[in-house]
Amino acid sequence: MATVQKDRSMQLQKDMIAEHFELLAHAEENHTPVVYTFVPGNLTELIRSFGALPVLPEINALQSGMRKQSADYIAEAERIGHSEDVCTYVKCDIGMMRTGNIGPAGTKLPKPDLLLLSYTGCYTFMKWFELLREEYQCPAVMFHVPYQGDGEMEPAHREYMIKQLKEQVIPALEKATGRAYDEEKLRYHLELSAKVEDDLVAVLQAGKLVPSPIEGYFGTVYYVGPIFSAFRGTEGGVEYYRALREEIEERAALGLGPVTPDGPLNDQKYRLVVEGPPNWTSFRDFWKIFYDEGAVAVASTYTKVGGLYDQGFRHDPSRPLETLADYCLGCYTNLSLPSRIDLIAKYIREYAADGFVIHSVKSCNSFSAGQLHMLRELERISGVPGCFLESDLVDSRYYGQANLKNRVESYLQMLDSRMRGERNVPTPPSKPDRVALKVAP
Amino acid sequence: MPGPAKGTRQPPSRAAIVEQVRELYDDLDFSSVRRWLAEHPTWKAAGYLPVYAPRELLHACGFLPIGIHGAGDRLEIIRGDAFYQSYICHLPRSVIEMAQSGRLDMLSAVLFPSTCDVIRNLSGIWKLLYPAVYVRYVDVPQGAKSEEAISFWENELQRLVDDLGALSGRRPTEADLRASVDLYNRVRAMIRRLYQLRQERPWDLPTEELYLLLRAGEMVPPEDFLTLAEDYLGAVAADPRRQRDNSRVVIAGAFCEQPPLGLIKSIERTGCYIVDDDFLLGNRFLTHDVSLEGNPIRTLAEAFVQNDLCSSVLYEIKPTGKKETMRDRAAACRADGIIFATASFCDPALLDQPMLRAGAEEAGIPCIAFKYAENTGQFQQFREQAGTFSDSIKLWGAS
Ligand code: SF4
Ligand code: SF4
Repeated sequence: MATVQKDRSMQLQKDMIAEHFELLAHAEENHTPVVYTFVPGNLTELIRSFGALPVLPEINALQSGMRKQSADYIAEAERIGHSEDVCTYVKCDIGMMRTGNIGPAGTKLPKPDLLLLSYTGCYTFMKWFELLREEYQCPAVMFHVPYQGDGEMEPAHREYMIKQLKEQVIPALEKATGRAYDEEKLRYHLELSAKVEDDLVAVLQAGKLVPSPIEGYFGTVYYVGPIFSAFRGTEGGVEYYRALREEIEERAALGLGPVTPDGPLNDQKYRLVVEGPPNWTSFRDFWKIFYDEGAVAVASTYTKVGGLYDQGFRHDPSRPLETLADYCLGCYTNLSLPSRIDLIAKYIREYAADGFVIHSVKSCNSFSAGQLHMLRELERISGVPGCFLESDLVDSRYYGQANLKNRVESYLQMLDSRMRGERNVPTPPSKPDRVALKVAP
Repeated sequence: MPGPAKGTRQPPSRAAIVEQVRELYDDLDFSSVRRWLAEHPTWKAAGYLPVYAPRELLHACGFLPIGIHGAGDRLEIIRGDAFYQSYICHLPRSVIEMAQSGRLDMLSAVLFPSTCDVIRNLSGIWKLLYPAVYVRYVDVPQGAKSEEAISFWENELQRLVDDLGALSGRRPTEADLRASVDLYNRVRAMIRRLYQLRQERPWDLPTEELYLLLRAGEMVPPEDFLTLAEDYLGAVAADPRRQRDNSRVVIAGAFCEQPPLGLIKSIERTGCYIVDDDFLLGNRFLTHDVSLEGNPIRTLAEAFVQNDLCSSVLYEIKPTGKKETMRDRAAACRADGIIFATASFCDPALLDQPMLRAGAEEAGIPCIAFKYAENTGQFQQFREQAGTFSDSIKLWGAS
């Protein structure tokens, strides 16, 4: 039963993505406008309200990493003068473009009609789209999302963003698509988004259960795929997340753990919270290091870069532009370092984690700069020891399996002895018979 | 405009001024700042990181603005490496080193401009490490030169003035603000004059000296800087140097983490006149005077948004802007070539470089690129590269 439901959600996702790339492959002949944008602060509902198709270059880059194509793409970008020091997503994307622009589905990606630079939480975004503008010779529009340096959403920032949407972003979309802004259409997509977000949150919060029916990092990157990319605010997205939620509820009711590439992880020895993006080139090997030892991630921050829905945010169709502004302001990478620390400490507490892992990637200053101090602060606040790992996103030259395995194993051994001595986390609730996953703000 | 005190004192020599500014550069304990604060007990000191910070507002609120540019090759990093992974540039670790060793404890406030995510995240570390210090991430507007950008920035600046005024107890009036804007207009005009003169007579105004003078300008009160700079100009006029057959080069990419002084010297000694650069760029970020008419916070906001500087830390609105920037800069200072000198792991500079370099090369301008760290101690390789570059420019130019 569970297997059938799992297959259903996976199949839905597969079909949805295949269809999307098919549409992209024929976008030009069908006169469908295409808008490139980034995952954090993506304005998918707005893009879709103009009948345009979104393309998320980070998703293409990580897919290239998983398909072992990123090394060639990065080499191509470095050959034409891009530095070895900068974010490998950018180089992977540029290398892919320069070598035919064949996307993850094996079909050619269309050129953008507009680069919608939602400048949310990452400096590199700005350069990435400036670089793409040179490559594609296409229009670009900047949407400046102020950083939440003081850890609070400032009303003036929201106002600024709404004005930018009205004065810059919407006119640019109108021009690029040849269609007028239709607020009713936007509301329609926002309504679907809220439904998607409810179901996703229920899935994410299942990580609080013991055993956890989800893998909150490696497994959840698959779950957030649709909402991070093109499918928030779509009927397909609603159907997918409904199916996924049912499937997870079923697993929870049966007391089952998540499914890993080597089978279910029911015997969960360590509950971890993970900070930082994964490595994509050796994704399964990296994951294996953890599940081989019975370690399950119960929550993670990377799965929040596309929105912090589990902290209560929902797209609100009754305030269409305000809600888009709030969404962008609250994305994980737009949070201050102290806010990030507070959030992780909260996860450690609420998900009854035994430990936490910081995976620091060379590519990403937005995530990585300051993570060593986060480690110390988190250890101090939570009283739980952390594990610091380093590799990269899509550059396999910086991924060292043996070193990572050693580090994780020693860390888990240390956790083990610590847990035998004194277990400082509250005793997890007993296994429930049947669980209806609630959405807790 | 106040110049050097006339008639009452002997104008200092070039050597004396250079020695004075070099001492300031070498003084990682900021003793001169501490002394000044002791002598001016109603003032406080505020630090700012690269690149752009509205120094006039700090000044108007009773803070002596101090540029925090790292410790270069003059400080051993002991604590800083515990904060940063090896793939992050050197600047934040030396800044943390200075802070953790108490060298920055005279700062009551520190501004972290939106230069890159490293500086952005450093603002968070600062908040955690030094809760008694006022910390503000200064998020400059990006994108269209629009009314919403001006009001956003005006609002941010007003917030800064309110916070700083509350902290110092000196809430500036419009007249105070205008006086500080005026003062910093004069500082900017002086720096433009110095740059113009170096461009015209680089043999008389070596970049090593100019650089030290500007570094000093970020550690002393603006009035003192103006005096120092006037003295320096006087000393330069009194001590003309012989023109050499050097190549004229622009240095690009060194706007945040500063190269060690030895690197600047090495470039100059291998037959290059540096005729434009982006060292200490915050000094020259606003390319024109800020208007003294109307509300000074508003006019400062307008000046920023309407500014015409192209920089890696700002979004380039013009689609052809990146391609044209280096061509135009080289033309403006009649440079023969461009040296892209960039701090290792510096995202803004390194991500920009392919676009800037492509534009320069399309315009037929010879370019080379190398990376440094602020604590680089060996310059042989730079010397060789710059020397070969200079020779090739001369040959190429003669052919
Ligand atoms: S620097 Fe980080 S957040 Fe920015 S594009 Fe690269 S991986 Fe993404
Ligand atoms: S040197 Fe570059 S990466 Fe480092 S802090 Fe400065 S701008 Fe950021």
